[in-house]
Amino acid sequence: MVKIEADHLNVFYGGLQALRDVTIRIQERHITALIGPSGCGKSTFLRCLNRMNDTIPGVRIEGRVLLDGEDIYAPQTDVVDLRRRVGLVFQRPNPFPQSIYDNVAFGPRVLGLAQGRALDGVVERSLRGAALWDEVKEDLRRPALDLSAGQQQRLCIARVLAVEPEVILMDEPCSALDPLATLRIEDLMRELRGTYTIVIVTHNMQQAARVSDYTGFFWLGELVEYDETARVFTRPAQRLTEDYVTGRFG
Amino acid sequence: MATRARSLFEQELRALQENVLRLGGVVADAIAEAVEALKERDVARAERVIAGDEAVNRLRFDIEEQCLRLIATQQPTAGDLRAIIAAIHIAIELERMGDHAAGIAVLTTRLADKPHIKPLIDVPRMARIDQEMIRESLRAYVEEDPELATRVAERDDEIDHLYDQIYRELLVFMVENPRIITRATWLLWVGHNLERIADRVTNICERVIFMVTGELQEFQA
Repeated sequence: MVKIEADHLNVFYGGLQALRDVTIRIQERHITALIGPSGCGKSTFLRCLNRMNDTIPGVRIEGRVLLDGEDIYAPQTDVVDLRRRVGLVFQRPNPFPQSIYDNVAFGPRVLGLAQGRALDGVVERSLRGAALWDEVKEDLRRPALDLSAGQQQRLCIARVLAVEPEVILMDEPCSALDPLATLRIEDLMRELRGTYTIVIVTHNMQQAARVSDYTGFFWLGELVEYDETARVFTRPAQRLTEDYVTGRFG
Repeated sequence: MATRARSLFEQELRALQENVLRLGGVVADAIAEAVEALKERDVARAERVIAGDEAVNRLRFDIEEQCLRLIATQQPTAGDLRAIIAAIHIAIELERMGDHAAGIAVLTTRLADKPHIKPLIDVPRMARIDQEMIRESLRAYVEEDPELATRVAERDDEIDHLYDQIYRELLVFMVENPRIITRATWLLWVGHNLERIADRVTNICERVIFMVTGELQEFQA
């Protein structure tokens, strides 16, 4: 099942073209990794999927992005609801300077999804979903900033889960983490797959190879190759992809 | 476009390739020596071939070790990964060919005490074709040439034909003179070893094609 479809997507920052005619179908409840050298357009593409690029002045977008077949750039799109359905986890863990509980409860409160006992339930479910519950359940009033970097990143994932998204976008979610914390996030991604559609941008090719089902390779704003991960890393179709995944450039 | 990165890794891949070639050279020589020793009924020479198999086994394990280290430390992907997997397979095939050469040498130690029951013509011919096939298959490996690999694999038919010829000929000898059945059988085993060597060369050719194209294809053995 296709969850997200980009159709001849072009993105310009002023006179600079960041994405060139990108067409891709992202499979529901699978992990799709986007790889490529810095400046290749992979993060730009990721941010098109929940219209985070709208906030950048001078940005111009052509083509379509469909979520469940609906164009998210159509005028009637409710962008707040879009960003609830398509959550984003950033490169650096960015918890609010509040308690663990309030961080996770933030989204449901703002959106009016739950309160009181129901909200407690949402917080617990989200923390369990992010594989953090057992480590923090003794004291949810602790400041989130007291957690380790790896725990903070899982808290940010819990914060996304709390608003019951369908898609989780991750922009280099492990680049600020040590190897063990990285592997925990990767395990978590494998657990979340099956419930959520996950799209991850990563500079770490081994990470893409380890966790993802599909891999897209971007270069100079173009999607050069998109295929099953096992194929991309064992017998890519394009010479450029081969050179990149074997570390010959980038 | 692509600036060359990973030059150290590339050096190591080349070193791996050189070891595979070295193993191929040793094995091809062992086959030649084994058949020469048989022709000359030279037991000492045959025993040197048998003893030499130890070095072949060691080289094969060195190659496997080298491959494991590269996989563990370099995270090879795509063509690099296929080249390393190919090296492991080729080394295994070559090592087994070394066993066939040693097998011929063992039969030589049994056959050497009496004159040959017939002049050896097709056996040295098979050995020569085997050696050519080994050398050419390794050339296809180094030059990453799937067409050459296919041509080499097709020569397996020549070997099968010669083996068949030896078999029929020896059968006639045995029918005519049952007292030589044991020695004729040993000679037939020599032919069988040489026939198996060519089959293993075709396996190498399959690996070369996989390494270059990513496609697995099987030749008829």
